[in-house]
Amino acid sequence: MQEPKPCFALVDCNSFYASCERVFRPDLARVPIVVLSNNDGCVVARSADAKPFIKMGEPYFQIREKLVQHGIVAFSSNYALYGDLSQRVMTVIDSLVVNSTAYSIDEAFCDLGGMTLPLERLGRQIRSKVLRYTGIPVGVGIAGTKTLAKLANHAAKRWQRQTGGVVDITDSVRRDKLLKVCDVSDVWGIGRKMTEHLTGMGINTAWDLAKADPWTLRKRFSVLVEKTARELQGVPCLEMDEINSPKQEICCSRMFGTRLTAIEPLREAVAAYAARACEKLRAQNSLCKKVRVSIRTAMFNPDEPKFARGVICELPYPTDDTRVITKAAVAALSELFQEGFKFSKAEILLMDLRQPNEFTADLFAPAQSKGDGRVMHVLDEINAKWGRGTLRTGRVPVTPEWNMRRELKSPSFTTRLDELWTVR
Amino acid sequence: MYEQLSWLSSMSIDYLGHIDAPGHPLPLYSFTVPAGFPSPAQDHIEREISLDELLGLRLPQVFLARVGGDSMKGVGIFDGDLVVVDRAIEAKPGLIVIAALNNEPLIKTLCKDGDQFILRSENATFAPRYVLENDELLIWGVVLYSIRSHTNARA
Repeated sequence: MQEPKPCFALVDCNSFYASCERVFRPDLARVPIVVLSNNDGCVVARSADAKPFIKMGEPYFQIREKLVQHGIVAFSSNYALYGDLSQRVMTVIDSLVVNSTAYSIDEAFCDLGGMTLPLERLGRQIRSKVLRYTGIPVGVGIAGTKTLAKLANHAAKRWQRQTGGVVDITDSVRRDKLLKVCDVSDVWGIGRKMTEHLTGMGINTAWDLAKADPWTLRKRFSVLVEKTARELQGVPCLEMDEINSPKQEICCSRMFGTRLTAIEPLREAVAAYAARACEKLRAQNSLCKKVRVSIRTAMFNPDEPKFARGVICELPYPTDDTRVITKAAVAALSELFQEGFKFSKAEILLMDLRQPNEFTADLFAPAQSKGDGRVMHVLDEINAKWGRGTLRTGRVPVTPEWNMRRELKSPSFTTRLDELWTVR
Repeated sequence: MYEQLSWLSSMSIDYLGHIDAPGHPLPLYSFTVPAGFPSPAQDHIEREISLDELLGLRLPQVFLARVGGDSMKGVGIFDGDLVVVDRAIEAKPGLIVIAALNNEPLIKTLCKDGDQFILRSENATFAPRYVLENDELLIWGVVLYSIRSHTNARA
């Protein structure tokens, strides 16, 4: 039998953090929103209508007046809320496609190879079901390679009104048309520096890159750039791990080869994914303060019991120590695990990332020693907290950072009983 | 679990049948032992009762909200109760919904008189709210259950 033609969809939430803030705040549907990094440092997310006024990374203290002037509402990051809604979005996507992989907190790649449904219709189905179930708007890009799917998704966002948020470029005429109107900087993995190099060579559009000589690209730049060009031509050759984009979260999620029913192999998987995620973390020289672990069964088969849950674990201090993160992740797994399910996937999400010099300026942070004793102490802390379920909420011990953050943080609408949405 | 309204019975029977609308299977209500070839003893394994499953709390479309005020006391929903809200179920007249009317989050019974939508409180001291042309109505979800604490502890 002939192998089905490869086909991928990239489902990407629109301004995810800002969209999350809007789910329980219908009054903010048309109000521009920015979300601030930990300790209310700088802007890490903007709603589409805030983008013209506020740049990514602008320090909060510098833009206060500008926010007031344009009627922009600022939120401290509410990772408990974002993590919960992310999980809901991924679960809905899982219910519509056979194989999907979370690429980050707000993006998932779906393998649509062999799908018989008209793909654009499937894309619209994903979009409308996710919106209805979770309140989060998503865009869907569909194409023969991941890089093209990402570009199609970019187009779905840019021409939201004309496309209804879904763009299918499996057809080569449509694909080429899109390649010609996209700048080379719109291509996945082509950063600012690379764009400069490429435009220097006369490569200005995605189409130019697709037509460039792969061998020259490999010699002058890297295998990655060569592969990217091949992907633009429609030849799939990139694995998920190979692309590194600047990240606010690091995600490691895989389907298991076989369904797992016992905790032991799950523990191994979670530890392995945590180790991989930590490698990525160190590779980009960041530290992380929160780790989210989730496990799920397949959502596709209506006859099997379904399970999809995750917990967020607050780490004692910003860290890139695999041991610390793995221990927390494994403890979280024990909390999550239940008998009677055939688990198909585990996911590790490192959240609340920061650069090493970002937090040392905080004079009021608790003294941090990274010795083993500290690690064990923290574990005890975690376990003590698990019993009462407080870790799940992502609540931080009282620190100045937390106090400050709380001023602008929306309630943990979905993870704390005492912060639920009130309806009259 | 709310009582059905007495006046509902006077309405078309169609409405009553749509609390779990078609197209939204609720798998957590019907537990089946995982398939495969397990030991015979596994046929008799029963899991613990889970309110999460009964109420569908782990479904991606199900959210909790807290009720403020007594506007729905006629159907047994009181101040401070928790409600289980499903975003996927189609809001039909007769169902209790979470709605944002001009951005204000409300819990009300959805009614329809001709083309006119009405948000009805279940409490005589609250007038029914007719949704007028300039009003903005967003149906956020349908209330499936309510949970009430019978001590002073918060539910």
